[in-house]
Amino acid sequence: MAVVCVEKVAIVGASLAGLAAVRALRRQSFAGEIVVVGAEPHRPYDRPPLSKDFLTGAVTTAGLALSPDDEDLGADWRLGVTATGFDPRTRSVRLDTGEVLRADGVVIATGARARPIEHVGVHTLRTLDDAIVLREALRQTGRLVVIGAGFIGAEVASSARKLGWDVTVVESLSTPLSGQLGTEMGEIVSRLHGDHGVRLLTGVPVSGLTGTDRIEAVQLADGARIEADLVVAGIGAIPNVEWLAEAGGLAAVTSVPGVVATGDVTGSQHWTFAVEHPATAVASLLGADPPVARAPYFWSDQYGVMIQFAGHRQPGDTVRIVEGDPEQRRFLAVYERDGQPSAVLGLNQPKLFTRWRRQLRSVPQEA
Amino acid sequence: MLQPVCPLSEIPPGEAYRWETDPPVAIFHTEDGEVFAIDDTCTHQDASLADGWLEGCEVECPLHASRFDLRTGRVDAPPAKLPVRAHRVEVADGVVHVELSKEPPNLPPGAKP
Repeated sequence: MAVVCVEKVAIVGASLAGLAAVRALRRQSFAGEIVVVGAEPHRPYDRPPLSKDFLTGAVTTAGLALSPDDEDLGADWRLGVTATGFDPRTRSVRLDTGEVLRADGVVIATGARARPIEHVGVHTLRTLDDAIVLREALRQTGRLVVIGAGFIGAEVASSARKLGWDVTVVESLSTPLSGQLGTEMGEIVSRLHGDHGVRLLTGVPVSGLTGTDRIEAVQLADGARIEADLVVAGIGAIPNVEWLAEAGGLAAVTSVPGVVATGDVTGSQHWTFAVEHPATAVASLLGADPPVARAPYFWSDQYGVMIQFAGHRQPGDTVRIVEGDPEQRRFLAVYERDGQPSAVLGLNQPKLFTRWRRQLRSVPQEA
Repeated sequence: MLQPVCPLSEIPPGEAYRWETDPPVAIFHTEDGEVFAIDDTCTHQDASLADGWLEGCEVECPLHASRFDLRTGRVDAPPAKLPVRAHRVEVADGVVHVELSKEPPNLPPGAKP
C-alpha cells in the first residue's frame, strides 16, 4: 500500500506513540512536514511513573519528559488542541480551533482515557493532571479504597501504602490479573497486597458509593460497606475514537490508504507497544518495509517488586516455575503451549527474565 | 589511568560482567569478540545494564527497553533520555583494563550513590 507521494504527515496524539511516530518518520528518512496534534497541554511525558514514583514524590514533572530538551525533530507541535472530526478521503482532521488540517498521511494515536466513575471523591489516573490532583489528595493520610486490582489499581495501592494510607482493594473478578497472567499466577502476584498490609477483597462487585459532599464509603454487592476518605478507580480504559465516529470509526478510517493507527487507541494498551509499533505504522504509510515485531512485553512495580511479563499467553497454556520461589516473591515462571514457551513472567528476576524474553522472539507469532 | 578489572576469559561472548566500582561499570564481551565498558546503571531507573539484552553493539535495559550504544553510551529509545558514560577499554595479556571516564555520570533518581 505504498502512498505515491507523502509530503506532509499529521499525527493526531502527542503522547508516547505520537512521539515515537515522529521519531520513526525521521529515522525512516522522511524529510517532509510533520504536524502533531495533542489534546493535553503538555509535551510528551512518560505515564508509567504516574502511579508509582510520581505519586510518592520520587519523580517530578520535569523528570517525566520523554524528549531531551535539545531534541529537534522538526515537527510542528499543536498542544492543547483536540481533533473533533476526520474525513479519511481527503485526510482532513478537524480541530477544535476551527482549523482543518489536511495531510498526505495521517497517524491516529489519540490513546485512551480512564473509564470514569462519576462521584465526588473518586479519582481516576491516566494523565499528568489526574496524577497531580491525586498526589495532592494523598498528602494527608486516611482510608483509601481502590476499585479494581489491575496494574494501575495495584500500583496506586502500593504507592498509597508507602505514603502511610490504610488501603483496601476491591476487585470484581475472583482472581486479579487472571486475564493477563492466568489464574495461578494472578493469585500469586495479588498476594503482594496482603504481604504489605493492604486488604484485598475479590469476587465482589461494587454496588454503590455513599457521601454527598465528600466520599464516605464504598458499598459492595454482598452488603459490605467500606469506609473511605478517598477512592481511586482503576477499571480500565476507553479508546479515544469519538472524533472518528462520523467517518465510520477506527477500523473504517484505517482501511483507507494513507491512514494508520498506533498506540493505545488500537486497544493494545502496553507501553512497549506504544513505543515500538509506531515504526511499523509509519513504514506502512511510507511504503517501507516494517521492522521485525517482538513479543509483547509489559511490567509493573508493586511494593518494591518488579513484575515483568512477555509473550502471547492464551487460556489453556500451562505454567511452571523454572527458577526461584513464589513464597519469596522472587521467581521466574514460563507458560507453555504444545511444549513450546508462549510467555514468561518474572518477579524480581530481571536478568533471567530478559534471557527468556529473548528466546520468545523466535517463537512464531499468531496473526 | 587504566585499571585491571578481570580476565577476559571470565566473560563469555554475549555476556557481561558487573564491576563493583562506584558507580558500577558494565563490561560487555560481544558475540563478535569486542569488549566495551559503560556505566552499569540505566539513566532512567536503577537497573543493571549488565543484566540487559545485548545485541550487536547495543544493550537494552532489562526493565524498560531503552537501548544504549556500547561504543558511545548514547541512548536511542525512551524512557531513558540521558546517555551513560562510555569508558576506554584495553585487553592486555588476557586481562580487561578500563580507564574510567572523567565526565560526571548520569545516575537515575533514587540510585544508590
